[in-house]
Amino acid sequence: MTMREAISRFVHDGDLVVIEGFTHLICFAAAHEIIRQKRRDLTLCRLTPDLIYDQLIAAGCARKLIFSWAGNPGLGSLHALRRAVERAEPAPLELEEYSHFGLVARMSAGAANLPFWPLRNYRGSDLPAVNPQIRTVECPYTGEALATVPALNPDVTIVHAQRADASGDTQIWGLYGVQKEAAFAAKRVIVVVEEIVEESVIRADPNRTVFPGFIVDAVVHEPWGAHPSYAQGYYDRDNEYYVAWDEQSRETERLERWFKEWVYGVADRAEYVKRLGSETVARLSAKPRISAGVNYGY
Amino acid sequence: MAVRAARELHDGDVVFVGIGLPNLACNLARATHAPNLVLIYESGAVGAKPERLPVSIGDPALVTDSLGVASMSEVFQWYLQGGRIQVGFLGGAQIDRFGNINSTVIGPYAHPKVRLPGSGGACEIAIHAKRVIVVAPLSARTFPKDVDFLTSPGQVNKYGTRRSLDLPGGGPVRIVTDVGILAPSLEDGELELVAIYPGVKAEDVKQKVGWPLRVRRDLVTVEPPSAEELHLLRDVLDPDHLYL
Repeated sequence: MTMREAISRFVHDGDLVVIEGFTHLICFAAAHEIIRQKRRDLTLCRLTPDLIYDQLIAAGCARKLIFSWAGNPGLGSLHALRRAVERAEPAPLELEEYSHFGLVARMSAGAANLPFWPLRNYRGSDLPAVNPQIRTVECPYTGEALATVPALNPDVTIVHAQRADASGDTQIWGLYGVQKEAAFAAKRVIVVVEEIVEESVIRADPNRTVFPGFIVDAVVHEPWGAHPSYAQGYYDRDNEYYVAWDEQSRETERLERWFKEWVYGVADRAEYVKRLGSETVARLSAKPRISAGVNYGY
Repeated sequence: MAVRAARELHDGDVVFVGIGLPNLACNLARATHAPNLVLIYESGAVGAKPERLPVSIGDPALVTDSLGVASMSEVFQWYLQGGRIQVGFLGGAQIDRFGNINSTVIGPYAHPKVRLPGSGGACEIAIHAKRVIVVAPLSARTFPKDVDFLTSPGQVNKYGTRRSLDLPGGGPVRIVTDVGILAPSLEDGELELVAIYPGVKAEDVKQKVGWPLRVRRDLVTVEPPSAEELHLLRDVLDPDHLYL
């Protein structure tokens, strides 16, 4: 399926959308297509909103943000997010805030089809005072008061991965964050991959599979779809892009020009990669570090 | 600060590492007195041995040649809440006299003067790590008497003490700054000056915090960085001066 078709069919106005990936495998290609298709009133959820949600917020797609750490790693603020929170530009943005553990636990509950998840956390912190969704429950065995967070069940989760077969049996290596939980918690799952492979490739190394195709609604083949994030074994993180975004995103006029050039001005990811240029592609392409296979025989 | 923070680590410690100076400190400790240090990143890299200085906490170099990769659910539920982490590093926009840390907002929560990134993993690290080491340059702005928002609990705050709250970890035990080291007093948990760097006067340190800073009776002067430590930091561990 093309990205255009996948977003058009499975991401709707008003949806709760999760595009996960902790530094690794963040699907910017999907976000840019959501912006091109002008989705509105989305509730966006991610541990680290990162540049990807800063872009969606700047484009006016979001109504609410559920998060646990909102910054440009090592560089400071997300400026579009701050404009939305501090000045309601381009639209007001509601915040619902957790710590990483809390948000991971919400996705764990969602994936397990439980109403909430208990955790030993938040005592001595102001976070429950500003987020009424963080509550406590008495343990029926020990009487201990445990913090709880409610299940998160996204309308749609978008996962970027190194490879999948045509039916969506998906394999990831390197950091996989909460990609599994986010996918199993969701009503609809879109998988975006660097490579589509034969089912036999998946079957040859089953321990690397993060989820099976039967929970997947759409498989999109989109090489370099995670840039400026990275895909282990394919391309490195484009740290220069993250640094440039700090300047790029400070003024709305500059940002408009950026959107015209890199989002509205390209039809799809293939055109984006062409615009990125061979120099950048060469700079970021991964050097080989091949892992030996194992014996699955019996 | 990197040298002082490195010296706080014991060989064999399992450390929850952040990016920047804590990362340098861990690599320095591993190259000197703590070769068996285990580095764990909240992104899921376990036993990382990065060949280059990681720019982010999810850098691909943390995975290459690591001992293992865990999901974030495993990192927080099994490693951290499971009590397997000895040391956590934290920083923050504000640190108060009891080591409570604010990384959420300056000003009131609903209408912040400055919206900071938020907790990330800080709240749970402060609760669960056996020892928390805070690394931050000392200034009255960063070290007020009280924080605007309690993101991560220190030794004591309006909700209670670590003991009354039954928090499993030890909380902040060392505050490594650019002029000296603070640690909680055994009596009431308030941070006091326990070590000072050569050439620094205790009176000057007192000006740099927002409360009347007590000085421990057996105040020590810490050893300056050795030639080897400086060489490792400047020429081997951070040759491009990303953090130094």
